[in-house]
Amino acid sequence: MEAAHTHDHAHGHDDHAHHPTGLMRWVTTTNHKDIGTLYLLFSLTMFFIGGLLAFGIRAELFQPGLQYWEPEFFNQLTTMHGLIMVFGAIMPAFVGFANWQIPMMIGAPDMAFARMNNWSFWLLPPAAILLVSSFFVPGGAPAAGWTIYAPLSTQMGPGMDLGIFALHIMGASSIMGSINIVTTILNMRAPGMTLMKMPLFVWTWLITAYLLIAVMPVLAGAITMVLTDRHFGTNFFNAAGGGDPVMFQHIFWFFGHPEVYIMILPAFGIVSQVIPAFARKPLFGYASMVYATSSIAILSFIVWAHHMFTTGMPAAGQLFFMFATMLIAVPTGVKVFNWIATMWKGSMTFETPMLFACGFLFVFSMGGFTGLVCAITPIDIQIQDTYYVVAHFHYVLVAGSLFAIFSGTYFWLPKWTGHMYSETLGKAHFWLSIVFFNITFFPMHFLGLAGMPRRIPDYAMQFTDFNMIASIGALGFGLAQLLFVAAIVKCARGGEKAPANPWEGADTLEWTLPSPAPYHSFVTPPVIK
Amino acid sequence: MVTLTQSNLQTMRKLFIVALAMFGFGFALIPFYQKICEVTGVNLLLKPAEISNTQVDVTRFVTIEFDSNLRSSLPWTFKPLETSVRIHPGELTTVLYEIRNTSTRAITGQAVPSYGPNVAEQYFKKLDCFCFTQQTLQPGESRQMQVVFVIESGLPKDVGTITLSYSFFEVEGAAKKAG
Amino acid sequence: MISKWVQYFLAALIPALLPGIAGAERYNLQAPQSLIAHEIYDLHTLIFLICCAIFVVVFGTMTYSIIKHRKAAGHKAAQFHENTTVEIIWTVVPFIILIGMAIPATKTILAMKDTSNPDITIKATGYQWKWGYDYLHDGVSFYSSLATPRDLVTDKSPEGAKKRAEHANYLLEVDNPVVVPVGKKIRVIITANDVIHAWWVPAFGVKQDAIPGFVRDTWFRADKVGIYRGQCAELCGKEHGFMPIVVEVVEQEKYDQWIAEQKKKTAANAAASGTMDGKAVYEKYCVACHGTGVAGAPKLGDKAAWAPRLKQGQEVLYTHALKGFKAMPPKGGAADMSDAVIKATVDYLSAAGK
Repeated sequence: MEAAHTHDHAHGHDDHAHHPTGLMRWVTTTNHKDIGTLYLLFSLTMFFIGGLLAFGIRAELFQPGLQYWEPEFFNQLTTMHGLIMVFGAIMPAFVGFANWQIPMMIGAPDMAFARMNNWSFWLLPPAAILLVSSFFVPGGAPAAGWTIYAPLSTQMGPGMDLGIFALHIMGASSIMGSINIVTTILNMRAPGMTLMKMPLFVWTWLITAYLLIAVMPVLAGAITMVLTDRHFGTNFFNAAGGGDPVMFQHIFWFFGHPEVYIMILPAFGIVSQVIPAFARKPLFGYASMVYATSSIAILSFIVWAHHMFTTGMPAAGQLFFMFATMLIAVPTGVKVFNWIATMWKGSMTFETPMLFACGFLFVFSMGGFTGLVCAITPIDIQIQDTYYVVAHFHYVLVAGSLFAIFSGTYFWLPKWTGHMYSETLGKAHFWLSIVFFNITFFPMHFLGLAGMPRRIPDYAMQFTDFNMIASIGALGFGLAQLLFVAAIVKCARGGEKAPANPWEGADTLEWTLPSPAPYHSFVTPPVIK
Repeated sequence: MVTLTQSNLQTMRKLFIVALAMFGFGFALIPFYQKICEVTGVNLLLKPAEISNTQVDVTRFVTIEFDSNLRSSLPWTFKPLETSVRIHPGELTTVLYEIRNTSTRAITGQAVPSYGPNVAEQYFKKLDCFCFTQQTLQPGESRQMQVVFVIESGLPKDVGTITLSYSFFEVEGAAKKAG
Repeated sequence: MISKWVQYFLAALIPALLPGIAGAERYNLQAPQSLIAHEIYDLHTLIFLICCAIFVVVFGTMTYSIIKHRKAAGHKAAQFHENTTVEIIWTVVPFIILIGMAIPATKTILAMKDTSNPDITIKATGYQWKWGYDYLHDGVSFYSSLATPRDLVTDKSPEGAKKRAEHANYLLEVDNPVVVPVGKKIRVIITANDVIHAWWVPAFGVKQDAIPGFVRDTWFRADKVGIYRGQCAELCGKEHGFMPIVVEVVEQEKYDQWIAEQKKKTAANAAASGTMDGKAVYEKYCVACHGTGVAGAPKLGDKAAWAPRLKQGQEVLYTHALKGFKAMPPKGGAADMSDAVIKATVDYLSAAGK
């Protein structure tokens, strides 16, 4: 395998000093730090594309009536916003973090398969181009929702095929990335670093990577079946040929629910690094955190049908999936309690990473509570496919995953760039984000309760004012993200020199390296006492 | 001694196998799901049933409603000749549906039954049904077709009404195999 | 002086709060109108309150910690990092709370599933993009489509916004509502014709996906006479936002009257549909798109739009009309029309476009 020779540099890294420069450096790079940067930049780009689509949605919903888009284009906006944010922004961002941090945190010189690492990144841009270009084919982009439920998705134009191919490629990339991460973590830890000594971020990624390996192929299967139903006369989801449309939902959510945790577990990991660092106090309940993460991952495989309570499953099914779903609240609660116990009697300071981590705790927990409300089958039947659900998953995905990504970015920027970020910009970014986030999404709870379905381009009059508030909030939230870019650019270009460990309480291995982290780090593995 | 590279490759191989297996698992979910349905008696659609117990329970009545649907552009008419019957569980009953082809071409259709409430499905035993085979109608042709069924006496006491609903789908192209 | 300010404050506050109180429904589930909806409402209130209590306790603790245990306040970090007792407590206590939530929820689930012994059975069929209703025992069938005019929806002028605001039940009105008697158990059998839809009336606590090829059932018993509105709740294509559900709950006598009328109408329709001419079909079905030109549909009489289409020949147009083409559903959604009638309609449209 190609990957093999990249380990030669354990014997001396001189031969790697003459890497190509300019663009070719980035195309051919096998360095985990370069690839991590590529992932993060890719994700940032997709984040803004997805955000632009979200703004298209909110502009249309600013007031009743069809203002800007035809309904079919509106459906394309919601679908593509979902697909791009999930597969283009959140997931690659976490892989970027994994690439940068995991080798440094476990004292490994690089990822296990450096060449494969390069491939798994470079699959993404073509996939993204494929996905976005679907807007320009006849019939437009996929418009069946990010869940691409059959048989609506079998009705779509060629845009759906492009979307399916893009998902296949992104799935392949994720699987390769995950295999790389699992192998790195299992085989390449520095001597003395037992599994139970690993930083929690590494732990959560190990579990996430296993989840990815287990469920991305299932998604690939589901969309392959949609593809063959569309073009090769199979009837997996077509009742006329003996298929069952609900079957698609079962397979999709068998992937989809673990996917939700794929997008939140690394966030838990980041927060578990940040809070102890700024509380200047070790993480409370390390072992129980590991167990809680594992049990969330395991439970995620037996709750998928809670997305399908309204499909008309038997009472026994509804009861089982309700109980299983409610059970997830226990380990999730344990994690939140542990974080608060970590803060308790600490000596806290509130730099931007900590602010985002605290914001995460607050707002993610609200998403957790609405999740519990949604878990109760009878209530879910009332609020399923309404704006309540939209509010719920944005509370966990934006305030959860995204805020953790922000937190982690500010936390590690000094290590990545060698400069301190601007605390003023960071803090402004945080406060604007959390305020506008709540302005955008909090009213959606009311909309959903009062009966506004999701994925509609126009709505009844009684929903006007909350939609208006939400749209204003969305504009503010979007603009606030420009501060994030400003903070990153400013930090990358210069600023106060960062010491090896700018955070008093941070004690993981990467902080023993100078800032910025050298191109090749831990060529000789450190020894963990 | 096993080098790091070797053990990495070994781990990778194992994980790739897991990924491949999970890809297969996605497809396996379909027969798996059908097996579960078969065991629990849900969605048993197109096969004649075997009846275990033909004891007629004269102490109770069940109302069976008949419903018909035509999918998409199938240019037929399709309706039950009776909208409902009131029978005892265990009683062998025959009802008729009528289809007519109102178009100017020969069309083959396949009916798919469905039951409300779902739980009734496993007690609703069809001995003969036009849905067991495809139906081909010449232009203008009409046909009366029978459903022979028994409601098993194990039907839960709280089910008093069952709806038997058929949807006719066009089978496009004679070569294409249905279900 | 102070009391005067308090007076001002109250004078401003009370009117601000009043609409809040009067419009409490805006912040909560719709006022329940059936047993199940009541149970759902109460269940939601219960769980909401429990969540609020937990929120206050947990984040009260966190806020206290944030204020007190900060470096700026001179707090020195303790170094404890585990406490088995505490960890067991905060695993077990939530578990017990969850059981407390699950018990009432289970009862409601079982009640929702009990579709036995209905007084009336209605079949609701989801179409792209309208609902079809069949009263199974009475042989009454009709379609129910959005009644809000398309022009009003697409009017981008400032007057349009005003007209929409003044239009009662904008997007929540239909031409033919479902009519049911009050206090009777109504079983709804739900299916779909093309893709998955969902039949949802919030006031009754009823939401059920409509799955093509399969029937599902649900039930409700309306508490009060009135008109209740819902919408399709499963993305079903471009007009998903424009297929509302309206249920009119009336006294038994009025229902009997209505059903008798409907029976007559259905019989008359059945006789007429064979003889409907192209114009009549156009006015009933096609006008929604071909009258307004939405989704690229060529408008009636728009010669420029029709010219390239007419060039393809009449047979192609027939096939497109019968089988559906691009945004157009098969038969333009007039699924109950015979092929001959559809062809006559195509002739009518193309004659107008020449």
